[in-house]
Amino acid sequence: MSEVAARPQGAPETGASAGHPLLAVRNLVTRYPIRRGFTATLARRPRQAVHAVDGVSFSLDRGEMLALVGESGCGKTTTAQTVLRLVDATSGAIAFEGRDISALSHRELRPLRRRMQLIYQDPYESLDPRFRVRQTVEEPLLIHGVGGSREKRRQLVRDALGRAELTPPELYENRYPHELSGGQRQRVAIAASLALQPELLVADEPVSMLDVSVRAGILSLLDGLRRDGGMAVLMITHDLSTAAHFADRIAVMYLGRIVEEGAARDVVRNPLHPYTKALLSVVPKRDPRDRTTPQILQGETPNPTKIPRGCRFHPRCPVAEDRCRDIDPELHPPADARNADHQAACILV
Amino acid sequence: MTGLLEVRDLHVRFDLPGGGELAAVQGVGFDLAPGERFGLVGESGCGKTTTILALMGLLPPTASVSGEVLVGGENILAGGEDAIRQHRWVDVAMVFQGAMNALNPVQRVGAQIVEPMELHGVAEGAAARARAGELLEMVGIPAASADRYPHEFSGGMRQRAAIAMALACGPKVLLADEPTTALDVMVQAQILELLVGLTDDLGLSLVLVTHDLPVVAQVCGRAAVMYAGEIIESGTMEELFHSPRHPYTRMLFAATPDLLGEGHVVSIPGAPPRLDREIVGCPFRPRCDRAFERCEHDHPALLEVGAGHRAACHLNEVPAGATP
Amino acid sequence: MSVALGQEPGLEVGGERQERRFLWRVLRERPSAAVGAVVFLLIVAAAVLAPVLAPYGLHDQVGSTFGRPSGAHPLGLDDGGIDMVTLLMWGTRISLVVGLAATFVAIAIGGTVGLLAGYFGGATDTILSRITDYFLVIPDVPLMIVVAAIWGPSLSHIVVVIGILLWASTARIIRSQVKSVRERVYVKRARSLGAGHGRTLLRHVLPQISPLLIANTVLTVAVAIFDETALSFLGLGDPSKISLGKVIEILSLSLLGQAMEDSLNPRLRVAHLSVRRFRFVPAGALRAPARKGKRP
Repeated sequence: MSEVAARPQGAPETGASAGHPLLAVRNLVTRYPIRRGFTATLARRPRQAVHAVDGVSFSLDRGEMLALVGESGCGKTTTAQTVLRLVDATSGAIAFEGRDISALSHRELRPLRRRMQLIYQDPYESLDPRFRVRQTVEEPLLIHGVGGSREKRRQLVRDALGRAELTPPELYENRYPHELSGGQRQRVAIAASLALQPELLVADEPVSMLDVSVRAGILSLLDGLRRDGGMAVLMITHDLSTAAHFADRIAVMYLGRIVEEGAARDVVRNPLHPYTKALLSVVPKRDPRDRTTPQILQGETPNPTKIPRGCRFHPRCPVAEDRCRDIDPELHPPADARNADHQAACILV
Repeated sequence: MTGLLEVRDLHVRFDLPGGGELAAVQGVGFDLAPGERFGLVGESGCGKTTTILALMGLLPPTASVSGEVLVGGENILAGGEDAIRQHRWVDVAMVFQGAMNALNPVQRVGAQIVEPMELHGVAEGAAARARAGELLEMVGIPAASADRYPHEFSGGMRQRAAIAMALACGPKVLLADEPTTALDVMVQAQILELLVGLTDDLGLSLVLVTHDLPVVAQVCGRAAVMYAGEIIESGTMEELFHSPRHPYTRMLFAATPDLLGEGHVVSIPGAPPRLDREIVGCPFRPRCDRAFERCEHDHPALLEVGAGHRAACHLNEVPAGATP
Repeated sequence: MSVALGQEPGLEVGGERQERRFLWRVLRERPSAAVGAVVFLLIVAAAVLAPVLAPYGLHDQVGSTFGRPSGAHPLGLDDGGIDMVTLLMWGTRISLVVGLAATFVAIAIGGTVGLLAGYFGGATDTILSRITDYFLVIPDVPLMIVVAAIWGPSLSHIVVVIGILLWASTARIIRSQVKSVRERVYVKRARSLGAGHGRTLLRHVLPQISPLLIANTVLTVAVAIFDETALSFLGLGDPSKISLGKVIEILSLSLLGQAMEDSLNPRLRVAHLSVRRFRFVPAGALRAPARKGKRP
């Protein structure tokens, strides 16, 4: 597939794939088999697997930001890695612009890698300490043969740095990562992702390792990129407040499934699923006068190798009924819903 | 007033390898009453961890500490290592940052709780083991788990075990350094609930060191905000949120997203100043949105702006109605 | 909102100059490295300039067999009446050449094996590691003796034999370092960008392991020289070339005939010195890079 010139920013996609959301995931499953010991093999015990992602479906349009929210072990990071094909899916479909990429070989995927980029959590580890900023940002261009001449690439690097709000770019180009603050490093990583003008940006906890005073700047940057740049942003975070503030939509994950999904405002102000309700109640508020009674669940998230039968949340659910032990609910909107946008996987909804 | 813990004019300076000094903590002071939960808030590099390490006498030899730390009226900094050791863990104990990862992986959890008891002569042998069991129950872990190893515990349980260890010798003051930072929000809620319960039931005093403002807002009654090694504002949580008297406090809250909040979340531009160079004027001036001429060369002192509410900002000294 | 210079006091200017000052900093911070480097350079100079600097000819008989040390001949004469200082300088030359050549072979093989095993893991790693293990287990000197005896002693054979023996430990060290570097986030990031294996290895992995590789190389040279010395001392070296081993052999022979305890120590120490001096430089060089680039 020959390389086309870089797409102008914000230009709408035309052609047969125009009707599709940029990204559509259907029943994605990613399982990691656990190596059995010798005795277990002899005893013919069934193979155990970590059900990191256990049937996840969602879609993402251009210009939209979806936050995948959940606690550790819920599968949000694995979902992101699977979507980007950094990890192979066990089953399910990943449709990028209408085309299923879940089974493509790595060679076929290479041109697609230009169009979807990942921003890592740790800005202190994600940049090669021996690369200057301009080398880091230039690297994707070199890998994918974009730019042609050195001068052209230099210009693209400066543009990317500018879009990441590192201005003037000449000041930052020749720096090494250790000369930059955490926020600046993260911007460099974002600039490197932007160099190829991707359509999908996946941000894995982009600000959790940064100081509070710096976070809003980075998040606003991502927000601006998807509004003005027409990019789709999939944000992975455990911080519900951040998700509520910056994302269009929130999908709450628990043990490998999405248990609630909808517009950010709806999910946060009118949660449907008992897990979401409990989670929201324990998020501390800034205002010391705002003391809601937290609904603290007992115990911790169970092991993803032993997912409970029936509704996976029922052992910890404060309002579980007997039938929850047998039924594994799908995401559906509540019976009296005005719109089908806000869904939850709970039979009591 | 012989409060439980009084810190007066604490200064900590580190000797730097190439010569020169890093002024990590400058003139920090606060009081702690029995059963109180006090927050020490600030971002990375502000000196909050160094402050509580100084209270425990756990700073490296390159640190020079001056000032007074009064525990029950007695200055523990005056006597050197021997004096501090008598108080360490027995009167003032600490839960370290990432304590859940600092448990000895090859020692049973129960034994690790017994260790400080035996070291400080609080209990021995069977009595110590029994007390270790009680402590585990107190933090919400079944006593029978004392025989397990840390890797068999989840992150939340390890943090609880670290708290049990800190309580081993029955201290009156617990210093907790980012106790919930690496934990999920639900587990965080459990740990905070535990800490609140311990302070209420045991009359324990808590100094909660964190960068997480909402946590402090929910758990603590009073707090001090640190910046560049100094306390720039201190007061009740209500005062800090609803009537901050220092721009940094105000901007820090404004930079923290709230779940249901509608307002814009705004970054603070720039970065904290280097502490190895002398700072002229107000340390926050380069990033302040209301700095004026005096801030360039006059270092603001921490002054009372209300009953028990203190702030270090020249704006508070401008008479009402006058423009700075 | 742009992040302009004036608002970022954390930004240090002058990063480029820091890089060049690095070498001076190493030598300044580790005086042992400086000392080792100087002594080593002297030895190399003596060896390289032997044809010019040697006081006497290599084949000139200037005195009696095993002549005693004197003012004109500080180290005495060998069994052919040749000046020992001259022999020492020429011998150092050969030893250095063999040491460097053998090391080159060892590092080329060991570095490559370690890199591939550590980077690719899986079956590649298993196979390569087993092969490495076999070579590690072989005892050096007996093998060298056997091979030299069978294959015939010549300089190139010696180089190959020593190289084959030494590559395995390098491979082990490099492998574990590569394994750890491979897990670093920026390497994974490069791969996720679409970087091929070649690019990843060359631009991201190799620069990270090069300090270790260099240090290992220098240490290997010391061992290689020592191994060659042992071989020629035992008479299995190239008989047409004089190396340090031969020098030691001659010295030991002369001791049988003479009982000069005063001169005993300096003679033996001289040969030993050049091997030992090598070690100081890598230790200093290895420690210094660890300081650079530490995160705040």
